[in-house]
Amino acid sequence: MQTLQKRATRALAATAVLALGLAGCASTTDADDTAATSGSDETAAVATGSVEVFSWWTGGGEEAGLNALVEVFNAEYPDLTFENAAVSGGAGTNAKAVLATRLEANDPPDSFQGHAGAELMDYINAGQLEDLTFLYDEQGWSSVMPETLLPLITVDGKIYSVPVNIHRANVMWANPTVLADNNIDMPTTWDEFFVAADTLEAAGIIPLALGEQWTQLHLFETVLLGELGTDAYNGLWDGSTDWAGADVTAALDTFARVLEYTNSDAASLAWQDATQLVIDGDAAFNIMGDWAEGFLRVDNALVEQEGYTWAASPGTEGTFQFLSDSFTLPVGAANRDAAISWLTVAGSAAGQDAFNVKKGSIPARNDADKAIYPPYLQDAMDDWGSNLVAGSLTHGVTASNAWKADIDTALGLFLGDKDVANFQAALVTAAG
Amino acid sequence: MKSLKRHWPALALLSPSLIVLAVFVYGFIGTNIQISLTDEQGLNADSNFIGFDNYLALLDDPRFHIDVWNTGVFSVAFIGVSLFLGLGLAILLDQKMKAEGFFRSIYLLPMAVSFIVTGVVWRWLMNPAEGSRMSGLNLLFDTLGLDFLVNQWHLTPTWGMLAIALPAVWQMSGYTMALFLAGLRSVPDEVKEAARMDGASELGIYWRIILPMIRPVALSAVVILGHISLKVFDLIIAIAGKQIALDVPAIYMWQTTFDAYNFARGATLATYILISVAVFVIPYLYFTTRKDKV
Repeated sequence: MQTLQKRATRALAATAVLALGLAGCASTTDADDTAATSGSDETAAVATGSVEVFSWWTGGGEEAGLNALVEVFNAEYPDLTFENAAVSGGAGTNAKAVLATRLEANDPPDSFQGHAGAELMDYINAGQLEDLTFLYDEQGWSSVMPETLLPLITVDGKIYSVPVNIHRANVMWANPTVLADNNIDMPTTWDEFFVAADTLEAAGIIPLALGEQWTQLHLFETVLLGELGTDAYNGLWDGSTDWAGADVTAALDTFARVLEYTNSDAASLAWQDATQLVIDGDAAFNIMGDWAEGFLRVDNALVEQEGYTWAASPGTEGTFQFLSDSFTLPVGAANRDAAISWLTVAGSAAGQDAFNVKKGSIPARNDADKAIYPPYLQDAMDDWGSNLVAGSLTHGVTASNAWKADIDTALGLFLGDKDVANFQAALVTAAG
Repeated sequence: MKSLKRHWPALALLSPSLIVLAVFVYGFIGTNIQISLTDEQGLNADSNFIGFDNYLALLDDPRFHIDVWNTGVFSVAFIGVSLFLGLGLAILLDQKMKAEGFFRSIYLLPMAVSFIVTGVVWRWLMNPAEGSRMSGLNLLFDTLGLDFLVNQWHLTPTWGMLAIALPAVWQMSGYTMALFLAGLRSVPDEVKEAARMDGASELGIYWRIILPMIRPVALSAVVILGHISLKVFDLIIAIAGKQIALDVPAIYMWQTTFDAYNFARGATLATYILISVAVFVIPYLYFTTRKDKV
């Protein structure tokens, strides 16, 4: 009995020591934080210290691109340490959850990645982002960033983010061998696609490879763009196109029909798996953003026009449906000066070229060194310079997070009941 | 006064955990309920008290209907089959067989695996691809000539949650077995002997004597499995990702809170989950504590 008591006392004592130790750790961290903050205030002129940059670039070309950008940053600011606070998974959804928690707790990173456009509106409305117009003036970015892009990232005359790249969403990828074997050309409209799809199905080939739900949302936005046309599609997001209109109904009918030509196991495939179906010749077409180009050319070592071919998705020739990754300056960033240095590099020609060649996207600036990019990206640069521009819904340009989530839910319900009228009613409610 | 004097060391020692519990469990439940009664949306936005509007709105939400249906299908299948298999395995193991410990460990082992790992493995096993890309269990069925068993697994419309329940059963029926085995071992041999002396059949002994005696164990098992099934999240995410057809309240809560910043709706969903679990757990706690006093 006595030994038991002794043991219990010892355990208690140990717990108490542990608890005290933890409390001690916590207070040291606080002290460190304060020291860091005051330090950066004093040394505003010579930027030293570190910059914590938050992103969801943790693998493949994305990570390689980030590392290349960091190299440029380290070369220009040797006194600053880059702290990578990347959170992996879910095309950024996991990262956004972590970010929301940190912002709520007033503990923002020094700079965080966000899709340029409406996706940043939540942060802007909450007063969590600093106006970066001064940096645009200082660096002369307004004259090197495309005129088509600037209005889309400007809110009440202020710009809150620095776009580092441009991706194209409306791209249809195809397997040239499958097309040649079945005497099919790249379809320029969805009607042409349906004719081709019947031929392919008869030959036992999946006409259109599709993946999990966000890739279905991605397909949905390209069908909307192709069927409504660029102006009407852009009007969906500023209220000038009626979601309840007959042309939207027709577009939804087309989307419903497109889904009939897709693989039955779509919901269990990641986008790479869906693209893989095209690579292997199990499927003929796939609609995915042009990050798929890196997957085809680099990861699978395929040659354009031999292993894969591409065109604007049906009905969208002459339109560049874009999305853009950008970096921001949160209000209350612990190392504000270092963060501005980081943003300066992110917006510089050298930084953007280093980043985009690795990431497989084109620079947001229009003065890039075109020669260093692979052929697909050179084409994309030409299109970006000459095409009409539309924003991507799935990737944060056109709708706020809440609106996008409502559309995503409506789409998910539609995938279950395939009821176009219900779907349209839900889309109208979401837009309301 | 005297009792205070006698109890204060205990109270003093307990107070840290009591305070932590009060703040981090009950305090947060309170905050959550408070948010659910407002219209809080967006980051750092103002919010107003709107009463039970969020609760009523969810009742009309087609996505929530799917959530309730999916949770129901999953719970019935998961709890029912786990209890049945668990009891069956426990009865078999209770036959004073050789190498009992070996089999017990084998059946219990899946419980040591996390739901995420289980989910990833079963995602491969339950691959719904067709034709030349067929793999996993479907390929096995096809190779063995059991074509009629080839199916769409979790992509089956309406009943897809049954396929999600399968790995959950695989994981938890061993644990249910352990619970039942302990229950069976607590039935005194004398009772069984007496019944045999009175000419009861073995089946009759199980049906009329042993099963009624281990009913409290069954109740514990239902409560434990029940709260797991009402809170299921990681298993579905690992197998199927986020898709509406296999949505449950926990996934809806996650998406609406962190993807759409609709904190009020997220809090409302969290409260619904809490209430549904409470419906299971509170009567159980009430009856067990009352029995202990007697």
